[in-house]
Amino acid sequence: MSLVQVEDLSVRYGARTVLSRVSLRVEPGEIVTIVGPNGSGKTSLLRAIIGAVKPAQGRVARGGGTKIGYVPQKLHIDETLPITVTRFLKLPGGVTASDIARALAQAGVPDLAKAQLSQLSGGQFQRVLLARALIVKPDLLLLDEATQGLDQRGSAAFYQQIETVRRNTGCAVLMISHELHVVMSTSDRVICLNGHVCCEGTPAVVASAPEYRALFGTGTGGALALYRHEHDHGHDHGDHSHDHTEAAE
Amino acid sequence: MLDDFMVRATLAGIGVAVAAAPLGCFVVWRRMAYFGDATAHAAILGVALSLAFSMSVFVGAMAVALLMALTVSVLSGRGYAMDTLLGVLAHSALAFGLVAVSFISGVRIDLMAYLFGDILAVSRGDLAVIWGGAALVVALIGWRWSALLTSTLNEDLAHASGIDPKREQLVLTLALAITVAVAIKVVGVLLIAAMLIIPAAAARPLSRTPEGMAVTAGVIGLLSATIGLRTAYVLDTPAGPSIVCVAALIFLTSSMIRSFKPAR
Repeated sequence: MSLVQVEDLSVRYGARTVLSRVSLRVEPGEIVTIVGPNGSGKTSLLRAIIGAVKPAQGRVARGGGTKIGYVPQKLHIDETLPITVTRFLKLPGGVTASDIARALAQAGVPDLAKAQLSQLSGGQFQRVLLARALIVKPDLLLLDEATQGLDQRGSAAFYQQIETVRRNTGCAVLMISHELHVVMSTSDRVICLNGHVCCEGTPAVVASAPEYRALFGTGTGGALALYRHEHDHGHDHGDHSHDHTEAAE
Repeated sequence: MLDDFMVRATLAGIGVAVAAAPLGCFVVWRRMAYFGDATAHAAILGVALSLAFSMSVFVGAMAVALLMALTVSVLSGRGYAMDTLLGVLAHSALAFGLVAVSFISGVRIDLMAYLFGDILAVSRGDLAVIWGGAALVVALIGWRWSALLTSTLNEDLAHASGIDPKREQLVLTLALAITVAVAIKVVGVLLIAAMLIIPAAAARPLSRTPEGMAVTAGVIGLLSATIGLRTAYVLDTPAGPSIVCVAALIFLTSSMIRSFKPAR
């Protein structure tokens, strides 16, 4: 039984369609990474899975009793809100002190329990968010660009932590990442998203797929390739003919 | 004891302070200060309508405040920046309210009472309404506390925990409308937002947890009400503004404590 199963999902914001007919499933214990350009609907997909956006079409089904831990893209804690890490982890309730100690240890920050949230560094904050997701002992961990704002070392350390968590708890991971080298080395499966699923498979398969090449290109050709890719998929561009001619020349 | 107008006034002030403290914290955390202002200003229109139809001022003010808050919630994110939208709605509501009041004969003299409060004229009946409303607000916020706090931190985290942030927003909106209606008599529509924001802001440097901040804000509000009223009595100054002045001085003191203290 899959942990989560997305079938034929479309999401619209007003007249704008951000996701059309996306299907995917996550099996126990695997690490699946979603890649795709800005505005390709990656975050909307995760938000649909946690129930924060309603599908315009299709459905999201959780396997029986699948517990999901969610790490949001970014979290701004207003300076005016005083809150310790412990209190933050206790929300919205039903959490014991030993749950908190375990989750903080799993996230690699066992000493931060008494710290004020607004005083944490970027890396510490992301680990506290990870700890929060781990509190419920999730079967599936959802990460939305969790290393945004971290430097390269910080983000490498964070992904290592994720792998350790997977090894120790056996939870599956569905994450969005911009860092393709990380994706290729740690994922079991990669899904390439651009409003719809362009291609998917093992990192090696996806990396050699023409759709993926078209999206991310190689070296300096990337920007142009990205442009062509959008054409291939019939997105609406006012200056279509002009640029097309140019490309043909 | 309730025969003494000063005792009644003090109890009324305490009632408003108690309701305003936890609600004010959320107003500060969620950056809803101007939203509070808009809701309060709209209440004057409610006052005018109540007088015209000879209904209870409390009911009229609360209904219009609630309507205003809901309108803002619905309109937000539809083409106008939030501060522009609130600026338009708050001042229009105040202006329409003032114009509407002028149509009602015999009320002109009382207008000041609704704009700045008339705490010294609080009756036993008013007191019952104020304390009833305050108890309702505290119970409402206490009941939803964890869910409210989670949605305030992050809406997606709330969703992931099975909380609907829109519903929690509605709870705050309702609490705000009740508080506005209850506070009109005490500080008047122009200064209600002050009673929400200043004690909460003053409590911030002295607190390490959200609950601590709400309680501290309550204590500060209580001190402001009692000291402010006493001052008004001794110096013969307007009562509502005197209460707000005391709160502002406490805010100043607490900000200075923060700047002398190393990081929290």
